[in-house]
Amino acid sequence: MNIIAYSLKRTIEAIPLLILVSLISFSIIKLSPVDPLAELKLNPTITAQTLELEKQRLGLDLPFYQQYIHWGWNFLKGNLGVSTSGELVITRLAERIPNTLLLSFTTIFMTWIVGLPLGIYAALNWRKPVDRVLTVLSSVGMAIPSFFFALLLLVFAVKTGWFPVGGLTSVGFENFSLIHKILDVIHHLILPTTVLFTISLAGLQRQIRANLLDVLESDYVKMAKAKGLSENTVVYKHALRNAINPMVTLLGFEFASLLSGAALTEYVFQYPGLGRLVLEAVMKSDINLVMASLMIGSIMLVMGNLIADILLHIVDPRIGGN
Amino acid sequence: MFEKVDSSLIKRLKKDKVTLTGIFILAILYLAILFAPFIAPYSQTYSDRELSYAPPSKVFTVTSDYKLSRPYTYKYIREFNPKTYSIEYKLDRTKKYYVNFFQKGEDYKLFGFIPCNIHLFEVDKGGEIFILGTDINGRDNFSRLLFGGQISLTIGFLALFISFPIGMLYGGISGYFGGVTDMLMMRFAEAIMSIPSFYLLIILAAVLPSGMSSVQRFTMITGILAFIGWAGFARVIRGMVLSIKEQEFVEASRSIGAGSFRIITKHILPQTLSYVIVAVTLSVPGYILAESGLSFLGLGIQQPDASWGNMLKEAQEYINILSRPWLLTPGFLIFIAVLSFNLVGDTIRDILDPKSKARQ
Repeated sequence: MNIIAYSLKRTIEAIPLLILVSLISFSIIKLSPVDPLAELKLNPTITAQTLELEKQRLGLDLPFYQQYIHWGWNFLKGNLGVSTSGELVITRLAERIPNTLLLSFTTIFMTWIVGLPLGIYAALNWRKPVDRVLTVLSSVGMAIPSFFFALLLLVFAVKTGWFPVGGLTSVGFENFSLIHKILDVIHHLILPTTVLFTISLAGLQRQIRANLLDVLESDYVKMAKAKGLSENTVVYKHALRNAINPMVTLLGFEFASLLSGAALTEYVFQYPGLGRLVLEAVMKSDINLVMASLMIGSIMLVMGNLIADILLHIVDPRIGGN
Repeated sequence: MFEKVDSSLIKRLKKDKVTLTGIFILAILYLAILFAPFIAPYSQTYSDRELSYAPPSKVFTVTSDYKLSRPYTYKYIREFNPKTYSIEYKLDRTKKYYVNFFQKGEDYKLFGFIPCNIHLFEVDKGGEIFILGTDINGRDNFSRLLFGGQISLTIGFLALFISFPIGMLYGGISGYFGGVTDMLMMRFAEAIMSIPSFYLLIILAAVLPSGMSSVQRFTMITGILAFIGWAGFARVIRGMVLSIKEQEFVEASRSIGAGSFRIITKHILPQTLSYVIVAVTLSVPGYILAESGLSFLGLGIQQPDASWGNMLKEAQEYINILSRPWLLTPGFLIFIAVLSFNLVGDTIRDILDPKSKARQ
């Protein structure tokens, strides 16, 4: 019950935040000198009728605050307008969001699977050569610009021919069997995931190491050791649980930085994700699409943090008290 | 108190070989961009359209009859290979062009104001030397790396000088006054943080009107980078201010009758300084990466001005990288600069942040 009440409270708190986000984004877009209909007018497949509808939907001749309310109300109803390509914005977003989530979750999953043991290993071998090597390696991982790494991997893919060069699916994907489809997507995911994984792994490994080192210094761990418990019991039963708890908040952060960090990687690999969509929209000054994806990105980010907070609440009983 | 920190900082830095290497590399990079027009044989706009994508010049020190010689190079001639349908470069071995050090070349202004025309190295008149090859417009890659570094390595610092004071003041005011002010100010900061930062970055950059001069563009990009960074920082400062403002010395200065602004800027914010120093050093790499990412997409620094990010733009086509690997050099430089900043920043944090002392 407590959890439900807490979740509800946090969700309600997120609403004014998102309204504020939308107001900020809306103001930025309005600062732009671009006529929101200019690109639509240039597309011959878009009829005059659609244009008129769009003009009404955006309420372009109204004052700023009315335009904003207009836009907000339409957004809530799911009416996001038309993209410059003539498709509905909502269909384009619906295509891309699952792809971005797929990439983000695969990366987070891989990062934790590898980062957790590496962090523990480094903490247990504190100041030994292994630890030093891991620290230097993680510095290297954090310093590689994602787009540069992506470029290098792309060259690797072209030279060896082991990996597809960009995209998410091969030609003729629709006719593949289910297993073939899954394998195909995995094959395409390997390189972009490697880029994002390398960059976020370094941060996670360091954080786990630092947390575990902190916990290992604490009194209750010393107490457990003094009781004569074996090293393994102390580390894995007592210390580790408490070291990982704060990491749950990191999940939210990680998701946020993946949303941002993935954009460049998606761009280089021509991966059909949300980040590339925003980029393309920005470059084509597709105002409707930019505004909608900015909002969706923010909603995903806020929800990521929200879920992380609630998870933390569940795993760490000490926080539940207040 | 400060002297103590400083001397232990220097002592620790001296002991740590990895950090020393980082500092050494950064020193070289910054010296190189400071003296860029002197070290670079060409200006950043010098171009030889006949030699687009020329490979790095070959410099010889041994002649064809196996005798030692002053370093010299040959000119490239462009040839169309009808079999492979591609342009190939061959050395024109008929005339040697000697490499001369400290020779007169193109005019430039050292540090922006000292007129000068001596270059570190030049070749005999009529010859050309491109030690790291050329780009699509036949511009010298090596020279452009130096000039590009001037932008890539300084824009982060400039953005920090805007975003950190703003963040400190914002966090200071919010934490000091508390109540409704705090609530409103923090909600605004959180809203900024809730927009995925890279989306915000590209959208702000795209809003910039076209046709700005390169100085204007540089200033605007700096401003945008600063705008992205201040909110998260302000939140941390606010948290620190909340606990600092309860201390007695704040009470004391208030009882003397000091104004709020004075208390915040003179008494409270200086207490956050060691955190600020750590945060600054750890933030520089992020700004360098953000600028290069933006320019890589074509939204940041624009041609003909060089920046490491926009130079990498040409490497976006993998055909280019496969046959012209020298186009990747800006990427390695970004990597090296960011890595060095990270290594130095980590050490400074370990020293100034007592909580992490146990960890290194």
